[in-house]
Amino acid sequence: MASEARKALFEPLISNNPIALQILGICSALAVTTQLSVALIMCLALTSVTAFSSLSISLIRNHIPSSIRIIVQMTIIASLVIVVDQILKAYSYDTSKKLAVFVGLIITNCIVMGRAEAYAMKNPPWQSFLDGIGNGLGYSVILIIVATVRELFGSGSLLGFQILTPISEGGWYQPNGLMLLAPSAFIIIGLTIWVIRALNPEQVEDPDFEMQQAHNSNAHGATIATTSKGAF
Amino acid sequence: MDLVSIAVKAVFIENLALSLFLGMCTFLAVSKKIETAIGLGFAVFVVLAITVPINNLLYQFVLREGALAWAGLPDTDLSFLGLISYIGVIAALVQILEMVLDRFVPALYNALGIFLPLITVNCAILGAVLFMVERDYTFTESVVYGASSGFGWALAITALAGIREKLKYSDVPDGLQGLGITFITVGLMAMGFLAFSGVQL
Repeated sequence: MASEARKALFEPLISNNPIALQILGICSALAVTTQLSVALIMCLALTSVTAFSSLSISLIRNHIPSSIRIIVQMTIIASLVIVVDQILKAYSYDTSKKLAVFVGLIITNCIVMGRAEAYAMKNPPWQSFLDGIGNGLGYSVILIIVATVRELFGSGSLLGFQILTPISEGGWYQPNGLMLLAPSAFIIIGLTIWVIRALNPEQVEDPDFEMQQAHNSNAHGATIATTSKGAF
Repeated sequence: MDLVSIAVKAVFIENLALSLFLGMCTFLAVSKKIETAIGLGFAVFVVLAITVPINNLLYQFVLREGALAWAGLPDTDLSFLGLISYIGVIAALVQILEMVLDRFVPALYNALGIFLPLITVNCAILGAVLFMVERDYTFTESVVYGASSGFGWALAITALAGIREKLKYSDVPDGLQGLGITFITVGLMAMGFLAFSGVQL
């Protein structure tokens, strides 16, 4: 496998993670993470949509007039999401009920659109396909971390298997109800970003204001590298 | 009374941004300054207030099972075409709104700038539409729901921008700088909004 392709596949996992660095696709990352099994289905759905939309957009990239490219991309993505939605309804109806509107929201998930616009429009199909898979996996990594923490501490189980027996069933663990509510998802992602950036100091963002160091000759702002952000 | 309760629920209890996580990308990326946040919030409010009722009509009279009875096709179920039609309606409406504003209210058009086209891909819009479909709102209910959920989103982004404007003066640990601390701030705001969850009308 060429190094270009490997880069497209593995870079989004940690070093250029779509959620933690590019601020893309956060909406659904938070809402579907109260249960690990639901989150896994969501990852699968998103990864396949991203991969195939990148592939098809890349295949026709030389024929799309640039003034209407957004609507063309939108149509391709929406059709793929409809396929995924119908497959889920057919084979896994319960999960599709739990995911409710969030499968539909893959259409407006900025990862899909962002990769189509930023990568698939400029690169050949195979690489775009790998880039789609890579970004889907990068999204999945964060989703799985958040869902694991939330399900384990929120209801004491993982994938439905009881790991920490709650007090109500004779065990010792008092489930933390907050984990199942909205705020915990934000805070867990915030902390995950902290961990990732502590490991990769070049991702740290520039502060808007520097603290004035009265008696410090050491230039405080010199060590900070610039980071690139997603457009929206 | 029913309408008031839909409105209160949409603004506070099920706030699109803070409890349903919709429109997060824009929410985090465009909340650095209060003025831009208010502009964007207003744009989202307008678009939601228009698109939700229109998609409601589309759903009630074209897409839902048996909705085409008026055209002599009582057995047709087009609901699988929902997603693509809603996003089409949203994209078209945003485009029309952009042209109308440009022609008649140039001041507002300039104030909204780039945010208007970006709203097409804002999940808050499609999310609200899908919730409207899922909860089977009537036309009047969808008008109220669209407007109040848009207002709730605008309220949340303005509040976050206010906090972030002050936050930039504080000394945040390196790794948390920027996105990290914003997430945690939003988490704390969401916790604050949880306090409304007991409100019932």
